Amino acid sequence: MLLAAFVFVGRGLGASGAVTAVVTAGLQAVAPDHAQSLEWLSGRLAGGERPLKDWLVFEGMGVFLGALISGLLARRAVIMVEKGPRVSTRGRMAGAFAGGALMSIGAAFALGCTSGQALTGGALLNLGSWAFMLMVFAGAYAVAAFMRWQWR
Amino acid sequence: MMAPFLKYDVFGSETSLVVAFLIGLGFGFALERAGFGSARKLVSQFYLNDLAVFKVMFTAIITAMLGVTYLSWIGVLNLSLVYLVPTFLLPQVVGGLILGAGFVVGGYCPGTALAATATGRMDAIVYGLGLYAGTFLFAELYPLIKPLHTATPMGQVTIPQYFSLSYGVVVFAVVLMAIGGFAGAGWVEKWMAARKELNVVAGGQ
Repeated sequence: MLLAAFVFVGRGLGASGAVTAVVTAGLQAVAPDHAQSLEWLSGRLAGGERPLKDWLVFEGMGVFLGALISGLLARRAVIMVEKGPRVSTRGRMAGAFAGGALMSIGAAFALGCTSGQALTGGALLNLGSWAFMLMVFAGAYAVAAFMRWQWR
Repeated sequence: MMAPFLKYDVFGSETSLVVAFLIGLGFGFALERAGFGSARKLVSQFYLNDLAVFKVMFTAIITAMLGVTYLSWIGVLNLSLVYLVPTFLLPQVVGGLILGAGFVVGGYCPGTALAATATGRMDAIVYGLGLYAGTFLFAELYPLIKPLHTATPMGQVTIPQYFSLSYGVVVFAVVLMAIGGFAGAGWVEKWMAARKELNVVAGGQ
């Protein structure tokens, strides 16, 4: 799939970019002037661009549907909370929220997340992507011991 | 026909959105199929009893890397038109550490959270809200963050360029590394499984 993306459009995958596009669109709807004033987002609004008309957003919709189809076929699509046996649902939800926030801040710093930087950049032998990927594993293993309560 | 198709105007930017959707469809299907719609499966990587994340990630990287190399060698794909994210070494190192921590705390990465949301994982929805909150925070604080975010710019640079090695040599080295990594991963998994069994026999946890 990644190869197909390179061949067809000359860019790779990226999920965090879709999140940024959605935030930009949301903010533009609620407070357009404020959205325009934020340097990090305003590039997506330049020239009257519609932030949601973005390659990554459409890709995201595809990911959602693709996973749903696979999950239904394998009977894995069930409403549930993923957690270890020792943690309360509320605790797990707090972890999920905090983790999501950390992840998007990290992705913003690094100009991409697992799919955009590590996979796409990794395959293109991008220098920054490989440095990033090593650090992701380093960061995760460093924190893993303190997060055992959530998963084990 | 030369690739990337979009850059050579084989199709327009409207069609590219349809292509994006189709590529996403395949990506989502593959993620879910690999079991990556489950946070517990994903974080198992970091407790060393299931290294599927590592294996699948590297398989994808190697496949795409070899494919890209091959297509550019036979002159079908113009690599210089494939978008390369510019390298900013310091923020990417910092970002990687933060993101890695976020992975273990939250249990997903953005792509897998989407797949997990599609298959009914409530925690993945909350994780998604966290993503939006984090992005919003980053945008609001950007003036403060900018000096770090734009530090150590190195432009669009690949490993072979930076170390002045030939592309083929690096491709070969990465493949060797992956083969080594796979062997190592298999060994670690076996070792962890054996240790667990021993614990069960001894009545411990």
